[in-house]
Amino acid sequence: MNTLTQTAQPAATNRAANGAARRVATVTPVANIHETAEGYILEAEMPGVGKDEIEVTVENGELVILGRRADKELPGEPLYRESRPLDYRRVFDLDPSIDSGKIKAKMEQGVLILTLPKAEEVKPRRIQVTD
Amino acid sequence: MSLIRYQTPELSTWTPFVGLSNLRDEMNRLFDLSAPALGAREDRLLGLWSPPLDVFQDKDHIFVKCELAGLKKEDIGISLHENTLTISGERKQEREVKEGDGFRSERFFGRFHRSVSLPVPVRPDHVKAQYRDGILAVTLAKAEEAKPKQIEVQVS
Repeated sequence: MNTLTQTAQPAATNRAANGAARRVATVTPVANIHETAEGYILEAEMPGVGKDEIEVTVENGELVILGRRADKELPGEPLYRESRPLDYRRVFDLDPSIDSGKIKAKMEQGVLILTLPKAEEVKPRRIQVTD
Repeated sequence: MSLIRYQTPELSTWTPFVGLSNLRDEMNRLFDLSAPALGAREDRLLGLWSPPLDVFQDKDHIFVKCELAGLKKEDIGISLHENTLTISGERKQEREVKEGDGFRSERFFGRFHRSVSLPVPVRPDHVKAQYRDGILAVTLAKAEEAKPKQIEVQVS
């Protein structure tokens, strides 16, 4: 299909990737991906993750986003709970047109914003018509 | 007599496998969810946004935590009325959205509203709120009469 399509990453493949039987439960953050002329912008929601607790890695054409929650517990006893005190993890296939050396990341109030520029040779270019 | 002309179903445009990859994503996410979070997910499917909310307490305080990623501080409103705490706000789409340039769109933009009835009376003048890393944390002080008291038993 398209670039940046999500790799199937259920718990079972998580385990296979780790090579161990240990299964680490993570939450899949919701994400938006937009295409621009320069590249792609990926926004992933990871409330509770600060800028020092985020890990973005590119390996074998896969973009792995890992966010560790610093706020796993509040003081006191829980009365009612909807959030899940788990780390965030999501894997995307990277399109080969993306220049993986120039990926930039920033955190804005729990939203990871990744800028993934396209390599120069695949950017749209206007070609001058000569006489 | 039928007033509407019979239309041939457009069988040729039916592509059975489009949407299957989305379905797979949805199923994966469904298995990710724990039971209490399912309600929130249903709201989401209905086009509403119900951010996850937690309530904790210690001896003197009630803590309410709400996951609100990507809002501006000034777009969050908190009110306390008759011991019901209401958190509302709006997530605004900052980027200009052009048709067709977004090919994965899972985030919710728009208004939300959550109310929680507090288990014990609180002091309305002692409410603190902090918004950091997309988490809104509200700290409320329990009213004096709600605090556990040690009662001395006199033995004569």
